Order: sequence, then C-alpha cells, then structure tokens
Amino acid sequence: MHNLDLAAYLRQWLAMSDVAPLSFQDLILTLHDYWGKQGCAILQPYDMEMGAGTFHTATTLRALGPDPWNAAFVQPSRRPTDGRYGENPNRLGAYYQYQVILKPSPPNLQELYLGSLKAIGIDPLLHDIRFVEDDWESPTLGAWGLGWEIWCDGMEVTQFTYFQQMGGFDCKPVSGELTYGLERLAMYIQNKDSIFDLVYNNATADRPAVTYGDIFRENERQMSTYHFEVADTDMLFDAFKKATAECESCLQHGLPIPAYEQAIKASHIFNVLQARGVISVQERASYMGRVRDLAKGSCQAWMDKNAPDWNSRHPSWRAA
Amino acid sequence: MDSRMRGNDNGFGRRGFNMTDFLLELRSEEIPARMQLKAKEDLARLFNDALAKAGLAAASVETFATPRRLALIATGLPLATEAVSEETKGPKVGAPPQAMEGFLRKTGLSQDQLVERDGVYYAVVEKAGRQTADVLAEAIPAIIRAFPWPKSQRWGAASVSTESLRWVRPLQGIVALLGDAVVHCDVDGIVSGAETMGHRFHHSGVVTIGNAGDYIEKLRAAHVLVHFSERCRIIRDGAKAAAEAAGLTLVEDEGLVIENAGLTEWPVPMLGRFDAAFLDVPQEVIQLTARVNQKYFVCHDAAGRLANAFVCTANIDAHDNGAAIVAGNEKVLAARLSDAKFFWEQDLKVALEKQAEKLKDIVFHEKLGTLAERVERIARLARWLVDTGVVKGADPDLVERAARLCKVDLVTGMVGEFPELQGLMGAYYAAAQGEAPEVVAAIRDHYKPVGQGNEVPTAPVTVAVCLAEKFDTLVGFFFADLKPSGSKDPFALRRAAIAVVATILENNLRLNLRHCHVQATQHLVFDKIQREIEGRASNFTRVLRDENIEIHRAEDLFRARAVQKTIDLELEDIFDKPAIKVSSELGAFFVDRLKVQQREAGVRHDLIDAVFSLGGEDDLVRLLARVKALQAYITTAEGANLLAAYKRAANILKQADGVDAAAPAPADLVTEELALLTALNTAEPKAAAALSVEDFEGAMAALASLRAPIDAFFEGVMVNDPDPAKRAFRLGLLARFRDAVTQVADFSKIEG
Repeated sequence: MHNLDLAAYLRQWLAMSDVAPLSFQDLILTLHDYWGKQGCAILQPYDMEMGAGTFHTATTLRALGPDPWNAAFVQPSRRPTDGRYGENPNRLGAYYQYQVILKPSPPNLQELYLGSLKAIGIDPLLHDIRFVEDDWESPTLGAWGLGWEIWCDGMEVTQFTYFQQMGGFDCKPVSGELTYGLERLAMYIQNKDSIFDLVYNNATADRPAVTYGDIFRENERQMSTYHFEVADTDMLFDAFKKATAECESCLQHGLPIPAYEQAIKASHIFNVLQARGVISVQERASYMGRVRDLAKGSCQAWMDKNAPDWNSRHPSWRAA
Repeated sequence: MDSRMRGNDNGFGRRGFNMTDFLLELRSEEIPARMQLKAKEDLARLFNDALAKAGLAAASVETFATPRRLALIATGLPLATEAVSEETKGPKVGAPPQAMEGFLRKTGLSQDQLVERDGVYYAVVEKAGRQTADVLAEAIPAIIRAFPWPKSQRWGAASVSTESLRWVRPLQGIVALLGDAVVHCDVDGIVSGAETMGHRFHHSGVVTIGNAGDYIEKLRAAHVLVHFSERCRIIRDGAKAAAEAAGLTLVEDEGLVIENAGLTEWPVPMLGRFDAAFLDVPQEVIQLTARVNQKYFVCHDAAGRLANAFVCTANIDAHDNGAAIVAGNEKVLAARLSDAKFFWEQDLKVALEKQAEKLKDIVFHEKLGTLAERVERIARLARWLVDTGVVKGADPDLVERAARLCKVDLVTGMVGEFPELQGLMGAYYAAAQGEAPEVVAAIRDHYKPVGQGNEVPTAPVTVAVCLAEKFDTLVGFFFADLKPSGSKDPFALRRAAIAVVATILENNLRLNLRHCHVQATQHLVFDKIQREIEGRASNFTRVLRDENIEIHRAEDLFRARAVQKTIDLELEDIFDKPAIKVSSELGAFFVDRLKVQQREAGVRHDLIDAVFSLGGEDDLVRLLARVKALQAYITTAEGANLLAAYKRAANILKQADGVDAAAPAPADLVTEELALLTALNTAEPKAAAALSVEDFEGAMAALASLRAPIDAFFEGVMVNDPDPAKRAFRLGLLARFRDAVTQVADFSKIEG
C-alpha cells in the first residue's frame, strides 16, 4: 500500500511541476541560446528558397577548408512536392529546420546535442532517446556523411551527420551537422496531433497567442495551388536555363558565392517543375545532374579561391 | 560470464601461475545495429590471428557487442611467449665464397657464428620470449586499423588529414587489461586505460574496470548488458510476456529481436496500442510499417487475427514506468498508419485498368522500353505458354488478365511508400475490384520464388505468369547485352533463372527452353520488327517503282525477289542472329543455374554437363531424369568400370586416324571380338528404344550389358594389330562402343 501511495504522490507531483511546454518561437530562442553559449555564431536564414538547411552556404561552403567554423541558424526549407494544400496534419510544402554545424566535430558532440534536448524540456530518463543508423547522401551537392537519425520515443526528431565529403571534396577536417525538424519537435513537446495546432507564441494579458496554422495555413493553401496547378512552366524552364548560364558565368569570373546562389536557384526551380509534374523520369536524372555539376563547380571555385590563403595559414593542409 | 572468473584478481588468472586473462573494450558512438554481430566475429578473428602470429593462443575468446562498445575477453593467456631457436639452412661446406657471402649478408652473422652439421652450415637465431603485454600493445592498434567495417568515417580535429583513424563512428575509448594491468597503447591520441562508461542515461561518470573478471558485472551495475544474447533473451521473453499480459500472442520475429538488441544496452519491451480502425488496412502493411519503420513487434488476438497492439523496446527504465514512452510511440505509429490508410483508401478509388495507363510513363529499362510494353510482352508470352500446352490446366483468358494486371500496383501510392509490398498490394486491389481468385493469386505470387527455399508457385495461372515474367526479364537483359558478370548481377538474373528452374522442376513442366527464349525474344522485338517491316515494305514498293519493276512481268519477278532478299537479310541481322545468340547463351546460363540449384540435392555438376553437352536437351525435367539415372549408375563399381573403358576407348580412337564404325569384320573373329560385336548389336537398339520412351534406367541397363564384353575385349585383344583389316575392324568396334555410350551421355565430361 505504502508503495502505491508513493507512486500516486509522485505522479501528482510530476503533473503539478509540469511547466508549460515551449511555444514554437521559444523552442527556437532556447536553441539559439543553447548553441550561442556553446560558441556558435547565430546566423540568420539564407535569403533564398532552398530545400534544406544543408544548402545554406554556412553549411556547404564552410564545411570545406581547414578553418574552424561553428554556427547555428534556422533555415526555412521549401519542398514544393510535399505541399498538401494545408490539409495534411503532418506535411508541409514549407517548414523550418534548425541547423547546427561544428567544425571540426568536437569529441563531445553527442553530449552537446543531448544537452540541447534537455534545454528544450526532454528528459532522457522519461523519454527514450536513440541513435539509429542513418547515413546521409546528397547527390545534388556531391556530398555524403555517416551518422544517425535521433529517435525520441520512436519519432525521428533530428539528423546527426559527420560530413565526409562535400562538393566531391574530402572534408578536412570533418564537420558535425545537426538538423532538427522544428515542427516535429514542437509537436512532440506540445503534444499536438497537427502541425497547424502548434502554439507559436504565448499569450500575454492583453495580446492573444497565435498558432502555426494562423500564420502559415493560408500560405500552404496558396503555395500548393501555385506549385501544383499554376506555376508557368515555360517561364520556369527558361529561368532554369538562365540560372545555369548565370552560374557558369560567375564561375568564369571566379565568383563562387554568386555562382552557388544560382545553383541553389536552379535547384529550387527544378523542384517546382517536379511539383508541376512536367519532368519525366528520364529527364529527372539529367536535370539533377546539371544542378550537381553547378554545385560541385561552385565548391571547386570556392576551394580554388581560398586554397592559397588556407595553405598560407595551415602549411600542411592540402585540398586533395 | 561465468562466476569462475569473478574475483580472479591476483593478476595471474585461474589457469595457473603464468596464465592470465585479457579484456579489450573499444568504446564508440552508436554502432549500427546491423553491423554488430559481424563485428564480434571480426574482432575474434583478428585477435586470434594476432595471437597466432606471435605464437600465442588463448584458452577461450569471447566477444561482446552493444551499440556503444565492442569487447573481447580472452582467458588463459600465457604471460610471455616461449623462447624459440630458428635455424636457417645455408651453403654446403666448400661452396663458392659468393654463396657464403650472400648467406652471411642475409642473416647478418659472421662465419664463425654459423653451426656446421653434416657438411652444411646453419644459421641459428635464438629468439627470446616476448611479454604478452608487449605483443598485445602492438596488436591492439593493428586490429583497430585493420578492422573491416562495411563503412567507416573520420572525425574530429585529427580528420584534417585524410590519413586519420577511421572507425564505424567516432572511437572514444579503449580499455585494455591484461590481468589487473593496463596494456598501454595509443591509437591516434586515444590512450588505453581501465575506464569506460556505463549506460548513456542511467549512469553518470566513469566505470573503472579491475580486470576481465569484473567487466561484465561492473557494466551490469551501470545498466549495460554487454552480452548480445542476454539482451536478445530479454527482448524475446519480455515482448512475449507483454503480449500475453494483454491476452495476446506475439508474432515472433528473430530479426527484430536482433535489431532491437543492437539498439539497446538496457532493453525494456513495452506494449502499446493503436486505433482499431486502422485494422481495415491490410495487415501486411501494418506489420511492415511497424517492423521496418519503427522496429516494433505486432501481436495476434485469440482468433489469430492481427491485434491493434504492438511491442516496442525502449533503452531505459523510465521513472514513470514507460508511460510517456508508450504514449509517444503510439502517436508515431498512429501517424504512420494514418498515412498508410490514406494510401489504401486512395488506391482503392482507382480501377486497376486506369492505374495501368501510368505504366506507359515508367521506363523499365532504357533498352527494354516502358513497363507497359513489358506487361504486353508478359501477357502474350504467358498466353503462349498455355496455348502451346506447356502450362496445363490454366484458363488462357485468366492468364492474360493476371499478366496485364500484375505490375499495376507499382504505380499505387502504397507500393510507392512500401516497395516490399509489390505483388501483395496488387492482389488486394484486384480482389477488391472483384477479379477471379486465380488472377488475384497470380498477381500476389508472380515474383516467387525469390530465393532458394522460397515457396514455388504451383497454381497453373500463377505458374504461367511467373514464368513469362522471368523469361521476359532474362531474354530482355541478355538481348540488351546486360548479362551478369563475375559478382555483378544488378538485374538479379541468376535469381530469375533459378526461379525458372525451380518452377519447371516443381511443376514437372515439359518445355523446350529454346522455344521459350525465341518466343520471348519475338515478343521483345515484335514491335520493333513490325515497324521495320512496315518501313521496309514501303521501301520495297519504292524501289520497285524507282527501278520501274513491274511484278507481272516474268523477268521482273526475279529482280523483285532480289530486292526482297536483301531486305530479308537485313531483318535476319536484326532479329534471327541476336535471337540465336541469346538462346544459346541462355541455354548455358540455365544449365549453370541448374547445377547451383541441384548442388544441395547432391546432383553432380559434371554429370549435368555430360548430358547437356549432347546438345538438343533443354527440357530440364528430362535432362534431370537422365542425369539422375546416370548418377545412379556411374557411382556403382560397374559404372566406374564402364567409364574407365570408355576413356580408354576414346583415347585409342583419338590417336587413330580414319576410324570407320562400319569397317567389315574379318573372317577369323576372336571370341572377345565376337562377344563385343554381339553385345553391341543387342545393346544399341535397346538403348535407343529406352531413350525414345525416356526410360533412362533402361538405357543405362543396356549400356551396363557392354561392360563385361568391353573389359574382356581390352583384356584379350590388341587393337593396333599389324593387320590393317583387323585394326580397322577393332577400331570400328570401339567407335561403336563409344557412340553407344554417347547416346546416353557425353562420358568425356565426367570427372574421375
């Protein structure tokens, strides 16, 4: 009897001590605070449409070369084909990734990551946190790495990757990359069944809270309609061509960053064309190959431009 | 580990004063579950090899694996290797001085250090025994560097060089204890010691190990079960118990047990539930998403139906007894199942005929057209197999229907999400739209058998579709010159051929493989040829017109034929020649697969060759019956004698020139000649008659009757008689003997 009472008491105590879960924006602010204190530069999102945080130059280009680099940022990520007109509670055509990159990967990277989970309110003795094999490869970026997807009670909440190659070049040294799926994590923390019900911020006495749906549902509806039904494919094919030409021109002028931006642009246009369903299976591979060549060319140019400087400061370092 | 090892802390081990135990633990970030069992084996092998190289051996070696560590305990290791003296033989006494100089240079000795024995110099090098600790200190880094992980990576500051250490995930610590003492080594800055870590969440701070004997229990106290098998047992029993406690039966799955054991150091199986409304979705889908995506077990209810429950395996003893973990896992599974339910309901809304239109947009292979074209070929070939009586008892219309629908599920949402369910989902959708049960079964099973031991289809409609599908694949890729080579078989053609062989034998199908190949090739290039012919026909008319040839004029008829002939010749190049090439290549390919397939049944590959190389035999059922009869006979003493006689005869004939089997008999026949002649006269027609009714035992018996006369012939007669007439007759007899044997099998291919 005594034991049962104790258990009941503990449950009650836990329920009472339960603080309100983090809102979506507090989740981001907490991660900013946490990674900022770990010495990461807190960057702003890249101001271009891209499919994942990995495309941010702070990840791709900075993963190359010998200089240390530690940064964290939110990256809005666009996946036109994943749009569901705001109807599916688990899928979005545009969402947010929280991205951390640490170069070289520190020996305690797993502990740092677990610390961030604790910071956002996930108790690893109450929730089952697991590192499940998941190797990462991006043919578009000519990149690969080994790592895990992190499970929290069976749900994938983060991708954890040790970059081995980027743009076809060996990463020397290796970076550790963390990509948190912010909406999923927030759904978990807030115990919601729909992305659109997520609490975005907390109400104050005189100002009501808003939900994720209040802010983004209409965007999902309109952008889905645009991507699936309206987007002018002739214009897009033309834009793809122009972006590739512009990228090549930038490469000829020895300008890797603007070249890379054009590669990202071409990649996004390709994604919209995919959503419009106008790219056949056979063409798909050749479009992806074009984007890969642009991205790799930009990485190559980045290496070429920086190699003299890197070598002067790190005499033993070699690109290949 | 057993209790004998515990408290074994005197540093010398229990096996005696000069023996001790060794512990090695390689601690890393999470090792993929699928790699752990193989890693255990590799560690034991590399360790034993390293010991053997140093002249050491352990009494026992046991290995352990968890997500975060790979470990090994060796017992009964000597503390040092024994001293050995190695002797190298040198030049003889009195050998040229150059030889001696060379030998001294090689050994690094001077001549007075050599030992002379029986007129030969020997170099004797005394090798002192080495401390085992020193041997291990060298072996550990070597083992780590040579470890054959399927994939490995670099990490951290050291990875500024691509030469830096590689491991499956970052290596974090090494425990190396010989007795109570640390074996000192340093692998890329990771220094060995006695300290390790316990469970990631249940234990904080380091765990200091005293020696091999207390490793397992100290880690157990830190919530780590290092025995892979112990974790498997806990998962197996715990999952079963969790299901039983809910009045359910666990669907056992040893693969899942092992995978979960590879994901946990402290496994805790727990039962969760999902909404019973999801049970509308086919149970294979539920089981697959639970198993593959979430690594959950599923359960059956008392009636043997899938229950709305699952068992997940956590890696912690949560302080709420797992309530939050179960709730979280339930939510994740619910989201996955609602996706699956969505696909299921969407797919059911579209008739399969309508879905089939999408097959036109999917390229099967760039050289082999779209999936729609492939389906058309399969449908025609399947029907042909029934129409020609190869597959009996199947309704040809149902066969064609099944063939046309068998690939449609590839464009459904469900198979897009779960490719493993191809075939099965097609069957569900076909049943839902009221297709005949034979059609449903054929759609479901037409990929089978997918490996040796997998169930072989026997329902006639299924068999027809199944064979047609595989013939189309095999002929297609051979036609496109994409044959398997070496270890590369990207289109799984070997598996397809074995499946064909198994299906033919299991169903006792009498078919001529060559006809099937030609038929499949025809379908493959049918459209192409059709287009060619149409093109050429108009070409033909144009040529006739251009050259002012009018066919009603008799003399022009010949010119017209000549024009047509060149066109025919070109068609032959496009079609006949490749078709013949494909057919003969595939014939040999099938026989190779038959050998592999029959190896387990103990059928000798050389006997398969002996029958196959006669040519013309590509009815696999008959071929195998012949081989079996041959094997039964050839493995008897009498068969072995007949084989020996055959080889002798063949050798003699090979050296002779101008052999004539019909050479006339001289007047004075010796007994042995007469006996062999009589025996051949009887045996030849007997063997031929038996063969014509596929009585291979009878044919063997006819050959057996030649054994005594041929032995007596070799015993009593000299073949190469000086008299040319006698010699010619005797060679002729041998030729007849050889040919009689060869009717049944090409004995020259038989080994031994």
